[in-house]
Amino acid sequence: MVALPPCERPRLRCCAASGCRSAGARPLLAALRAAAAAGGTAPDGIAAGDQAADDISAGASAAPEPLEVRSVGCLRLCGEGPLVAWDGPEGTRLFGGLAPAAAAALVDQVRGLASLPLAADPALVSHQLDLEQPFFRLQRPLVLEGCGIVDPERIEAALAHGSYAQLRRVLHELSPEAVREQVRRSGLRGRGGGGYPTGLKWDTVALQPPGRRYVVCNADEGDPGAFMDRSVLEGDPHRLLEGMAIAAYAVGADHGYLYVRAEYPLAIERLRLALQQARQQGLLGPSIAGTAFALELEVRVGAGAYVCGEETALLHSIQGQRGIPRTRPPYPAQAGLWGAPTLINNVETFAAVPVILRQGGDWYAAIGSEGSRGTKVFSLSGAIRHTGLVEVPMGISLRTVVETMGGGDPDGGAVKAVQTGGPSGGCIPADLLDTPVDFESLLSLGSMMGSGGMVVIGQGTAMPEVARHFMAFSVNESCGKCVPCRAGTVQLLALLDRFVEQRATAADLEALEALCAMVKATSLCGLGQAAPNPVLSTLRHFRQEYTAALGPGS
Amino acid sequence: MSVVTLQVDGRDVAVPAGSTLLQAIRAAGLSVPTLCDLEGLEPVGACRLCLVELEGSQRLLPACASEASEGQVIRTDTAQLQGYRRMAVELFFAEGNHVCAFCVANGTCELQDVAVAVGMDHSRFPYQYPQRSVDASHPRFSLDHNRCILCTRCVRVCDQIEGAHVWDVAERGSDCRIVAGLDQPWGEVDACTSCGKCVDVCPTGALFAKEDTTAEKHPHPERAGQLRRAREQRQWIS
Amino acid sequence: MSAATPVPAPGAEPQIHLRPGPGPCDGDERIARLIRRQGRQGDGLIEVLHQVQEIHGYLPKPALLQVARALRLPLSRVYGVASFYHLFRLQAPATHRCAVCLGTACFVRGGGRLAAGLQRRLGLALNQTRDDGTWALEQLSCIGACGQAPVLVLDGVLFSAPLLDQPKALDCWLTSLGLPAGVETR
Repeated sequence: MVALPPCERPRLRCCAASGCRSAGARPLLAALRAAAAAGGTAPDGIAAGDQAADDISAGASAAPEPLEVRSVGCLRLCGEGPLVAWDGPEGTRLFGGLAPAAAAALVDQVRGLASLPLAADPALVSHQLDLEQPFFRLQRPLVLEGCGIVDPERIEAALAHGSYAQLRRVLHELSPEAVREQVRRSGLRGRGGGGYPTGLKWDTVALQPPGRRYVVCNADEGDPGAFMDRSVLEGDPHRLLEGMAIAAYAVGADHGYLYVRAEYPLAIERLRLALQQARQQGLLGPSIAGTAFALELEVRVGAGAYVCGEETALLHSIQGQRGIPRTRPPYPAQAGLWGAPTLINNVETFAAVPVILRQGGDWYAAIGSEGSRGTKVFSLSGAIRHTGLVEVPMGISLRTVVETMGGGDPDGGAVKAVQTGGPSGGCIPADLLDTPVDFESLLSLGSMMGSGGMVVIGQGTAMPEVARHFMAFSVNESCGKCVPCRAGTVQLLALLDRFVEQRATAADLEALEALCAMVKATSLCGLGQAAPNPVLSTLRHFRQEYTAALGPGS
Repeated sequence: MSVVTLQVDGRDVAVPAGSTLLQAIRAAGLSVPTLCDLEGLEPVGACRLCLVELEGSQRLLPACASEASEGQVIRTDTAQLQGYRRMAVELFFAEGNHVCAFCVANGTCELQDVAVAVGMDHSRFPYQYPQRSVDASHPRFSLDHNRCILCTRCVRVCDQIEGAHVWDVAERGSDCRIVAGLDQPWGEVDACTSCGKCVDVCPTGALFAKEDTTAEKHPHPERAGQLRRAREQRQWIS
Repeated sequence: MSAATPVPAPGAEPQIHLRPGPGPCDGDERIARLIRRQGRQGDGLIEVLHQVQEIHGYLPKPALLQVARALRLPLSRVYGVASFYHLFRLQAPATHRCAVCLGTACFVRGGGRLAAGLQRRLGLALNQTRDDGTWALEQLSCIGACGQAPVLVLDGVLFSAPLLDQPKALDCWLTSLGLPAGVETR
């Protein structure tokens, strides 16, 4: 969590994840460290730029007392980045958007050396963020428990925060069957979009005939507007590795892959470092934690193909092939990598496992709603005041997430719709915002949970344009194997052009609906089957925008 | 040999366990249109023409790539399926440049046959008129990309039967195309044995022998299955 | 191909000789080394291609040939994989690359207008490179900087675009980033 209990020795936590990096976190972190080392007086040139700042190491003569400036993962409110948390005897304070030049002022405040009180410090006062606001208060961090607290590049930090404790316990005390029992009881469902019961999937893999098995982590987070998995990878990679190792033990796998999209270089770097550190600590590799259990994990990097999030395409890609899906059955749980039973789960699913083992499946199942247990991480973005990452109990209403936590439209206007599920999902209109966020409710509205991207759409955006945006995405990402997706999405895009350009006819509307139905029903994989969803859901909830786009004479 | 029994369009049929739905449909004396499927090659389920309805399931199943199982009730020719098949054929015609009157395969073209079978005489979707090329660099054969429907029979026969793997699919989505070697002119690819199997199995006029002109192509799609049987079961046809 | 192959001009397809047998195209020791390190496994093709692209900035055909031979893979399979993934480049990259994010968050916050402005300014369509190889305009689908939306990435550095509703101010901002103005100034 972002706010921590009061602590005697003050400390700064600076977010060094991608979102804040793109807002300038690296020079800020370097400036904070330099200021901390220099006793509060920033050396010249700190603010000059990234490169110069990175090169500065602790070099000042007499530091008064060591001030820890910790590099951490996501502090949630990405839109206000770069974020810095100050933990001290009075609890946590959070600052957003600080320039490197303000680092010295902050360090002076932390040390009690500032000439002005915080509330009057011009360098800081307008940057302090309210940690009591609903955006933070309503979060329930389980998967993100350590994200923003631990230094993701130091396994010692993760170990001190409890990482790998469940793996050790499980290996020494529980049978694989007993582990699966807890996962079954938790009611956990796949967080990658499909919502398949995780315990059932683990059982299916475990109960295949004897032989080699694999575990695969799907970290090919490709939905535009989704950055949940990236935050876990960048902020607390050891939690993911622990969850994956527990899964491997539970299904009898001794080898596994983490398939990460190449667009996440920092996540890849930190994951590789985490793997190396875990091996050094004997938490991966042969005879883990002194037991007979062995596990080798490797990172495989994608190369820019959204379709590789589809599990059979992902398997092809791991094996060095074109990322094209194949027909199922056989399912990967029966025949996956090199024909062996393969467990594929998404990042958030694996990362939920340690807490389930620690607290028990029943404890986890008590959170959330019927059929959708536990918590879900969402990335909030678009036409919204607070862009960032939230982890909330399932069953919470969309309105609570978007309006109460997200603060609604930044310009004070009304929210028009919320897009969930990315290019496979749909748009939920504002008048249905009281819908609970769970797998079934979102499906019944023609959208889907998806991996957790939530993009808020403001009044100024026309829905046929939203539909066209997603269709263009699908055209660009179709693998080209089956004709409905390869050629059907192209035709759907051309039809949507006519609506956006206000030159459609009634026949176009009919063709649009017929072709959507055909592509949905006949495409080979999930990408094609779901490609019409953004059109179908906007047709369902915003049909008047399509009929209004019919040109004269129709 | 164990047997499974199922019902296809109201007819009971028994097939050896492990048979595909397509084999069961044919055993019942019925047919569904196919383009990518070919006996002797591993199925890919790409053309989506052989999709059938399974009672009790929302999902449509590709008959070529689905295993028949005991007690299934299959429907192959509902109004819904007819509508989808017709649209799929329209999409094939609209995405390429198919001009039957000038085509080497006119009269022996499987795409043409399928169009007739599903009652498609024109595409309701606008023709895309893509810019595509012809590769006539091979001494005996030519590849006209305008007529290619990406069924990948040539890719599979060259890989699975001939073992040369001259062909593969390049690019993705609507940019997909068949390539020889490192996207080289076919005639320059040393791996090609000039066996002609790709030409034999091509369902359209995309791959053809140079001596053939309009409506003169003589495809031999049956050869893939014959060669597979010869190799695996030591059975020859003389 | 002669032993003294000149370095190809950016964008120009190097001439290659694809006959079997050892030749200069097997001679790139850096590629040979990385394939040895990787263990000559065909399933590691994508990893190998990533590393080759790091060496050359793109995937030249002679390098693809060397990779195919060393991994004992069919040439068409290697080309099929290299051309499937968007991040693999089969042409030498442009000197300067401007990539505009068209992810959903950027789209909702005016990424489309930003893209249109860039197309006008650079005189390029999306995913197009100038003939002289100086500038390329690319589209990205979500780089996860949704908090800064709409964003563009200029030669690897990310910028958050302001003032989309004021074309003049936007133009000034693009000038300050060093983007050339207008097609005629190329």
